[in-house]
Amino acid sequence: MSILVIAEHDNNEIKGATLNTIAAATKISDDITLMVAGSDCSSVISESQTLEGVTKILSTDDEAYKNFLAEDLSELVMSIATNYKYIMAPATTFGKNLLPRVSAKLDSQQISDIISVESEDTFKRPIYAGSCIATVKALDSIKVISVRATAFDPVGTSASDTVVEDLPALSSAGISEFVSEEIAKSDRPELTAANIVVSGGRGMQSGDNFHLLDSIADKLGAAVGASRAAVDAGFVPNDYQVGQTGKIVAPDLYMAVGISGAIQHLAGMKDSKVIVAINKDEDAPIFQVADYGLVQDLFVALPELDSKL
Amino acid sequence: MKILVPLKRVVDYNVKVRPLGDNSNVDLNNVKMSVNPFCEIALEEAVRIKEAGNADEVIAVSIGKTESQEQLRTALALGADRAILVESENLLEPLAIAKALVKIVEQESVDLIILGKQAIDGDNNQTGQMLGALLNYPQATNASEVVLDGSHVNVTREIDGGLQTLKLNMPAIVTTDLRLNEPRYASLPNIMKAKKKELSILPIADLGVDVTPRTELLSVESPPSRAAGVILETVDDLIDKLKNEAKVIS
Repeated sequence: MSILVIAEHDNNEIKGATLNTIAAATKISDDITLMVAGSDCSSVISESQTLEGVTKILSTDDEAYKNFLAEDLSELVMSIATNYKYIMAPATTFGKNLLPRVSAKLDSQQISDIISVESEDTFKRPIYAGSCIATVKALDSIKVISVRATAFDPVGTSASDTVVEDLPALSSAGISEFVSEEIAKSDRPELTAANIVVSGGRGMQSGDNFHLLDSIADKLGAAVGASRAAVDAGFVPNDYQVGQTGKIVAPDLYMAVGISGAIQHLAGMKDSKVIVAINKDEDAPIFQVADYGLVQDLFVALPELDSKL
Repeated sequence: MKILVPLKRVVDYNVKVRPLGDNSNVDLNNVKMSVNPFCEIALEEAVRIKEAGNADEVIAVSIGKTESQEQLRTALALGADRAILVESENLLEPLAIAKALVKIVEQESVDLIILGKQAIDGDNNQTGQMLGALLNYPQATNASEVVLDGSHVNVTREIDGGLQTLKLNMPAIVTTDLRLNEPRYASLPNIMKAKKKELSILPIADLGVDVTPRTELLSVESPPSRAAGVILETVDDLIDKLKNEAKVIS
């Protein structure tokens, strides 16, 4: 049973969620082809050759795929899709944007955001913002699956030299065009890849007060996140948001500071290994999921924590 | 220019959803139903485009049970000019919904389709992209800004780590993220006026699309709950636990 995994990368390096997606694929079959399409992406190809679990790499290095436009990339996937029984991609904004286009063209009902592989056609996935877990059987002959990265441990690397085949580029549909991109630059690790995440909520009271978290994050090598309430209040930019509609994280340590713990927020972080909650409201729902709770005013607790780390 | 806004009737955002006792599905008995929040944002954007003089008509469409008329009336009160219910007794999967929407897009010859990025029940995040694929239209998902520019639409999208701007040929598909706009509330006069607006009902069978289920729901369970933790007294206790018990900091 052959599987095609579509790699997410930035033409420079492979994105971590791709490794989790390959890991999910290995639970179905050991016949895994990784498709790497981009532009000037030879370093991604070399990196892909070292990934465990991958039996073959299909590479397309062409200007047309520089910005990974879903219209063009889905056509490229379609040029080989029927050779496979499964088409898989990470459930990141990249995969969410691309994969349903492939699924519709294959006349297959995609299974989104799987968190476990129960059998070759049965998967578990969260619904209703993680309030419930559905077990779903896919009946289509080609199964199109997006993978929640935090639910699978990434595959490792080895010195293997996986065979690379060229996949010819197609001409662009020419219906959409990349204009620009603004990627936030930070010295801190990326939220979804960080081992430690320190998040602030409405209790932070202002964007300026986030410097209290920044300082702790720097000492711990952590990423800084936020609840939807803090983002909606304009304290921090959109890409800080952890939650069902923001980023899904599962670090070793998640510190929720001044966050009440709405279900939408919990959906984005409750798979973290250790959860710490700091909140002056002892009835805040966040304490129900926290391993360690501190009922204190964050404006007292944070400076003390900062000075003692 | 015509804008089509597909919208979905879903469990209200504030309802805590639980599995049924026999774990066969989620328990939706006597819960409050609403317009999916992302669909409300989509409708608001369409209405603003029309109010700015850049569109002639905003059509709301829902594919679902007869009760979805309530949500379509809400859409009419929020500024849609008319509404279409494609009536289906069964809850349809995104692929089937996209196929039905293709027929509506073709019948109405719309120029722009704005949808929510996902519905908060199934959390699939598929319908807009599937519709784009079936129609061979360009798409911009997770929109945080939509700017019309003649026969094009420029859309800024929220992507992992930042923002991306795309220029799409129209007709085009846009799916909305949370911060595209803040939807208005329906005023009482507009709710009254909405009762007189056109709401046509079309049986799904008339569209001639294949809506056979492609998945089978085997069970629905509550997620594993985390064991209750401990409440600590001091910051020193916290640092001690993190270092020596959890061993997550050094």
